[in-house]
Amino acid sequence: MKTKESLNSEAVEVLKNLDGKALTPRDRLGLPCQEMPEQVPADRAHNFSEVALGYGEAQARVEALRCLQCKTAPCVSGCPVRVPIPEFIKLIVDGDYAAAARSIKTVNMLPAICGRVCPQETQCQAPCTLGKSLHSIDKAVSIGRLERFAADFERENGLSTTPTVKPETGKKVAIIGSGPASITCAADVRREGHEVTMFEAFHKPGGVMVYGIPEFRLPKAIVKREIDALAQMGVLIDTNVLVGRTVTLAGLFGELGFNAAFIGSGAGLPKFAGIPGENLVGVFSANEYLTRANLMKAWDHDHAETPIYPSKIVMVIGGGNVAMDSARMALRLGAQEVHIVYRRTGAEMPARAEEVEHAKAEGIIFDFLQAPTRVLGTGTVNGLEVQRCELGEPDGSGRRSPVPVPGSERPLPCDTVIVALGNESNPLLKQATPELAVDKRGRIIVDENGMTSMPAVYAGGDIVLGSATVILAMGEGRRAANAINALLAGAS
Amino acid sequence: MNRIVSKYQLSDEVFRIEVEAPMIAKARKPGQFVIVMLEEEFSERIPLTIADADPDRGTITLIFQTVGASTHRLAARKPGDSVGGILGPLGNPTHIVNFGTVVCVGGGIGVAPLHPIAQALKKAGNRVIAIVGARTKELIVMEAEIRAIADETIVVTDDGTYGRKALVTEPLKELCGASPKPDLAVAIGPPIMMKFCAEATRPFGVHTVVSLNTIMVDGTGMCGGCRVSVGGETKFVCVDGPEFDGHLVDFDAMMFRLKSYKNQEDEAHHRCHLDLEIDKAKDTGRLQRAD
Ligand SMILES: Cc1cc2nc3c(=O)[nH]c(=O)nc-3n(C[C@H](O)[C@H](O)[C@H](O)COP(=O)(O)OP(=O)(O)OC[C@H]3O[C@@H](n4cnc5c(N)ncnc54)[C@H](O)[C@@H]3O)c2cc1C
Ligand code: SF4
Ligand code: FES
Repeated sequence: MKTKESLNSEAVEVLKNLDGKALTPRDRLGLPCQEMPEQVPADRAHNFSEVALGYGEAQARVEALRCLQCKTAPCVSGCPVRVPIPEFIKLIVDGDYAAAARSIKTVNMLPAICGRVCPQETQCQAPCTLGKSLHSIDKAVSIGRLERFAADFERENGLSTTPTVKPETGKKVAIIGSGPASITCAADVRREGHEVTMFEAFHKPGGVMVYGIPEFRLPKAIVKREIDALAQMGVLIDTNVLVGRTVTLAGLFGELGFNAAFIGSGAGLPKFAGIPGENLVGVFSANEYLTRANLMKAWDHDHAETPIYPSKIVMVIGGGNVAMDSARMALRLGAQEVHIVYRRTGAEMPARAEEVEHAKAEGIIFDFLQAPTRVLGTGTVNGLEVQRCELGEPDGSGRRSPVPVPGSERPLPCDTVIVALGNESNPLLKQATPELAVDKRGRIIVDENGMTSMPAVYAGGDIVLGSATVILAMGEGRRAANAINALLAGAS
Repeated sequence: MNRIVSKYQLSDEVFRIEVEAPMIAKARKPGQFVIVMLEEEFSERIPLTIADADPDRGTITLIFQTVGASTHRLAARKPGDSVGGILGPLGNPTHIVNFGTVVCVGGGIGVAPLHPIAQALKKAGNRVIAIVGARTKELIVMEAEIRAIADETIVVTDDGTYGRKALVTEPLKELCGASPKPDLAVAIGPPIMMKFCAEATRPFGVHTVVSLNTIMVDGTGMCGGCRVSVGGETKFVCVDGPEFDGHLVDFDAMMFRLKSYKNQEDEAHHRCHLDLEIDKAKDTGRLQRAD
């Protein structure tokens, strides 16, 4: 594996050979795709530091030069918030990295985060002309890596600026939750001069980005920067408040005098497989496992008071990002053997391609076409019984559905089972607020402006979409902020 | 940050603290609990039941036993010190109506969460018979407060050092056997006690409510760490409970789950004893107040 330095020196050579000459599209197609420098798998499987190290300057320049600057910019239509991709890439080519970051931030408040966690291969990079011309999506422009480069450059060089806040309006807006939907909504509403208070149930703000997504994929210092930026704008952050219990939604409007509210409470209800043995000691939801490890810092054995289960052989049920994160976390916490048990094949796995590659390189074992039927053990887990599957007809999601083969059951010995089947909607706020309309899966129903069935109450993110993504949650936060700002501007 | 206003040591291992938490003091109802963190960064989240609240002063009262490292550290805090954070009130409030006659059984420090429930039941017009029990005299807490509410109070200790020498299940069975039998039993205490209370009332068909205290992380329904099997269905104690039909709870599985981290906890507890050099009985019975 090449080091960050050697990859960057190769890129320096490439730039030298180009010697500043004007490039034809053919030249651009011939430029080498820039590989992401990474920690060596053998090392990173035992530490908690970030795996992907980020492009050096020369690598970023070469990758940016690969972009064809398409007039139609198909990449932009693949991006849920329409980042001006060719524009910011051009700014990287020109060497004005801070300007590139500012350009992204006109529509995406959290580029350092999105550059790291967005599923680019199904969004902006999927329709990229370059990838199409080279007949491989892996050869598309690495838009996410460039986004990260620009954002990291701005942050590391102290060039980020706090958005300006208009004069105080005296109107009060409550933001419930502190994930990406809430962060975006809070910033956009505060900008207009409204007083904004963010209520978070946990002791630390950030939502899934702090309790779920691990440090080795998204350093917590980066999330904290964004929260600090909100505080600098004057957003009040009130942790340890569970809206619905500590104070009701009605109480926010009545007693506490808020004029509008945004609900960004996330999905937050772990799905279990519904198989026998799931309440044995040694079975965890991915949420519990990851929260203990990330938010409660159980990985830091010398300081943390929250214990984590000492595992030797771990079976992770599921094939999404949550499953990859759980598996890779278990490995870093000292498990000797970690398996991903998935009912379909690699082709159907919903996890980001990069996470799957990283997991494989670190030695996670993938058991495809296996459906768990029972957790084995008395009191404590000693195995997971699985049944072999074959792929049948496509189901509602368009993926071929797994058909179990009767009689093919076999036990897989293990001491830990992590159930990573995703999340449904947490019903707590709904139960405390009967007038809030939700659909049959418990997701809050909103109109095209993000407004709920209750006046002046808006919602967005996973609580509306079901388990979705950081970028979609941000988009929803912004949409609701626009509506809240319009509402408060009208009602003066 | 929440400031500790006063602290009182009830026995060797049992402490009562009053702590500032204005929003919780206003919102809490009998049967609910809180999660306490001693410090922001590395602390555990400790679920504790709310024994009392004073909405005017903006304080809540917590009674806890020093069972592990974190509760020992909490016990070492003084009035005027703070805890890192308190989340609550959590869980569903107790269903309070006029049932008729209710037997309230409290074992050990289970009497603390039982107190506001008994109070509310009495206020709703019920005849309240209380059974207060503990291993030994030292560990009987809040007897006076319970006597002040209940129509009848029976005190028992396992070793006979105080009250009747019996387990709480004995008077409970007698009451269920009498006629008319009670309309409801509420049992709060160690899991094993609640299990046997449920067994005691089962043959008499007396509906029995128990309040469970499982391992928890968030307390908001997000992690599932608190799950128990109730009537064959998985329930989350923090949001579906903490109170359940005692005749349906799988207590054996629950008790097993409570021991999930026994080894790590023993190690932490040991480390903490060395750190704090706890001199346990020293302050017993002394009230400390912050100015
Ligand atoms: C392990 C894991 C890995 C993931 N990986 C990726 C990835 O790589 N890329 C990607 O794009 N997406 C990923 N996702 C999904 C992504 O994190 C979510 O879609 C996104 O965070 C949703 O944002 P949100 O703002 O809706 O809420 P959340 O981030 O879920 O935050 C909601 C917050 O609200 C708080 N809250 C809830 N109820 C209340 C209440 N009543 N009162 C006060 N506070 C409350 C919660 O404590 C929480 O902090 C992942 C999710 C998980 C679990
Ligand atoms: S589609 Fe690809 S090549 Fe075209 S502008 Fe977008 S990133 Fe550049
Ligand atoms: S404590 Fe996490 S769901 Fe109950």
